[in-house]
Amino acid sequence: MAQGERVNFKNPVICWIDERLPLFSMMHKEYAAFPTPKNFNYLWNFGALSLFMLVTMIVTGVFLAMYYTPSTDHAFNSVERIMRDVNWGWLIRYIHMNGASMFFIVVYVHIFRGMYYGSYKYPRELLWILGVIILLLMMATAFMGYVLPWGQMSFWGATVITNLFSAIPLVGNKIVTWLWGGFSVDNPTLNRFYALHYLLPFVIFGVSFLHVAALHISGSNNPLGIDVKSPKDTVPFHPYYTAKDCFGLTIFLIFFAVIIFFLPNYLGDPDNYIPANPMVTPTHIVPEWYFLPFYAILRSFTIDIHIPFTHVVLISSKLGGVILMFGAVLLMFFLPWLDRSPVRSAVFRPLYRKFFWIFVATSITLGWVGSRPPEGLPVIIGQIATAYYFVHFLIILPMLPKYEKTLPLPNSISEAVLKGR
Amino acid sequence: MAHPPSSTSDQTCGHCQQGDEENDSSRRDFLTLAAGAMAGVGTIVTAYPLIQSMNPAADVLAMATTEVDLSAVKEGQSLTVVWRGKPVFIRNRTQAEIDEARAVPMNDLKDPQTDQARVANSKFGGKDLPEWLVMVGVCTHLGCVPLGQKPTDPHGEFDGWFCPCHGSQYDSSGRIRKGPAPKNLEIPPYQFTDATHIKIG
Ligand code: HEM
Ligand code: FES
Repeated sequence: MAQGERVNFKNPVICWIDERLPLFSMMHKEYAAFPTPKNFNYLWNFGALSLFMLVTMIVTGVFLAMYYTPSTDHAFNSVERIMRDVNWGWLIRYIHMNGASMFFIVVYVHIFRGMYYGSYKYPRELLWILGVIILLLMMATAFMGYVLPWGQMSFWGATVITNLFSAIPLVGNKIVTWLWGGFSVDNPTLNRFYALHYLLPFVIFGVSFLHVAALHISGSNNPLGIDVKSPKDTVPFHPYYTAKDCFGLTIFLIFFAVIIFFLPNYLGDPDNYIPANPMVTPTHIVPEWYFLPFYAILRSFTIDIHIPFTHVVLISSKLGGVILMFGAVLLMFFLPWLDRSPVRSAVFRPLYRKFFWIFVATSITLGWVGSRPPEGLPVIIGQIATAYYFVHFLIILPMLPKYEKTLPLPNSISEAVLKGR
Repeated sequence: MAHPPSSTSDQTCGHCQQGDEENDSSRRDFLTLAAGAMAGVGTIVTAYPLIQSMNPAADVLAMATTEVDLSAVKEGQSLTVVWRGKPVFIRNRTQAEIDEARAVPMNDLKDPQTDQARVANSKFGGKDLPEWLVMVGVCTHLGCVPLGQKPTDPHGEFDGWFCPCHGSQYDSSGRIRKGPAPKNLEIPPYQFTDATHIKIG
């Protein structure tokens, strides 16, 4: 930072601090003067919205933690106390509970945005990978958070998901006992999930910092997917995009507020208002909506694969499902190397654009399948959609550049903008 | 230092230093390696108790046995008790159920095991008690509690237990017959302490 140029601040206090620790200069360089492509559309708001949601979750979470009791005897009641007795507790909890959903909506849009405009390609591969790490950490955090209120879905969701690890050959059961700290999901499990649920958001914060740092090295991508070539292609981040982000945030907050105040339990499962009962499984276990596509992939693997002509099971349907589910997320790490087309933006890739929308439709279909009981038609649809999910990544994306005739790229962002693109 | 400022001695000196550097660098490599190895060992030694602390604690292990009175369970009835935080299914089976379980050919089973082996611990005073089937009531697929303990519950196609989560079906010996579960319902360690009492765990 010492090599960075310092700004002359008029305020003597800021100037004094900046001379000794140039935080303000750094902020100015990275968030005010920062040259940003001038052609962003509203999809570029979702990064800032993600950060906003992370902060919202941490702030509301810290306050919930003041009133929450992580013990199987008290957890459910302490959450009910937050809802009924703690001043404004209902609001803090509804923000946190629905905030998790909002966080995932925003991050999923952010990810699909990256896929559409090829933001994962050179030179932003590491930026993308850090993003996938954030997604994984968010999934772990949300999963453990959902266990905390200790309702029926908390308990049985935790049971089903931790049991996935028992599919690992040889050491599976040992791992599950270790995860539980006992012989079933119980008090030790609740306690460690609480500790980790408190910790992981701060890890996410750290990784987000690296994510943004990497962004500020490569610079932002843009809807045309072409590089910034001259200062004419950019505008300073402030006031242009600070203003646009504030406007986007306002719209988003209206949506968020409608959910919090009018539909606070719409996205949740009513069964989670029944205290956890280890003796009775609810008839239909479903995870929160943001896990449904992955849950559908997990359940799509319904046959055992045998060593030919024997009864020896090579991959049980249980293990197969687990491999597919983790594979579905892990594949995202390799996206920059699976899609080798030199053109980033789908705007100039007519074929990719079609396949992108089919992929979006597939993901939504998987989400629907995940919410259905696993019988009849949804099972078959889920299997087709799962197969397509993998075909998209492993076959379509690598093959496309061979067959696709991309459209001519504009010479520069400013030229395209002047032509009204 | 008494080095004559001649070019030769400079060269020697340079040589000498180079030699020293080589020595130094191999020594340094060794030190780096040794320090690295120590740090690695140290990390493992530190991580071990932390990771191990997450395994079941002594009190959790101490709660690991449950005593059950079976005298009230009539033929054809079932009882669910809690052992290690999990349901244990105890069933006083009818002769028909036992016969049905014993008639199944091993080839039909996904996880082959005879009914005799599954109730091997049900004996007291030299007398076999094959009617008593004792199993952990946790589906071996993903851990749901199968239905079938109550007469009004669904029992699946094999007169046993039916898991509502993903449709696994267990027979009257608790063996997996259909659906995604890979294994038979687990038999916990148990023994009869007298003709009507068992100790699980
Ligand atoms: C990445 C950020 C986070 C996500 C995605 C997240 C997600 C969740 C979810 C889904 C729940 C269950 C809500 C419910 O159904 O009641 C929850 C509960 C909870 N979270 Fe978080 N959380 C985050 C950050 C935090 C932080 C940083 C803290 C503490 C400092 C925290 C403390 C709590 C507490 C105490 C509960 C239990 C109270 C309740 O269930 O309402 N959370 N969290
Ligand atoms: S948990 Fe029983 S069938 Fe899946």
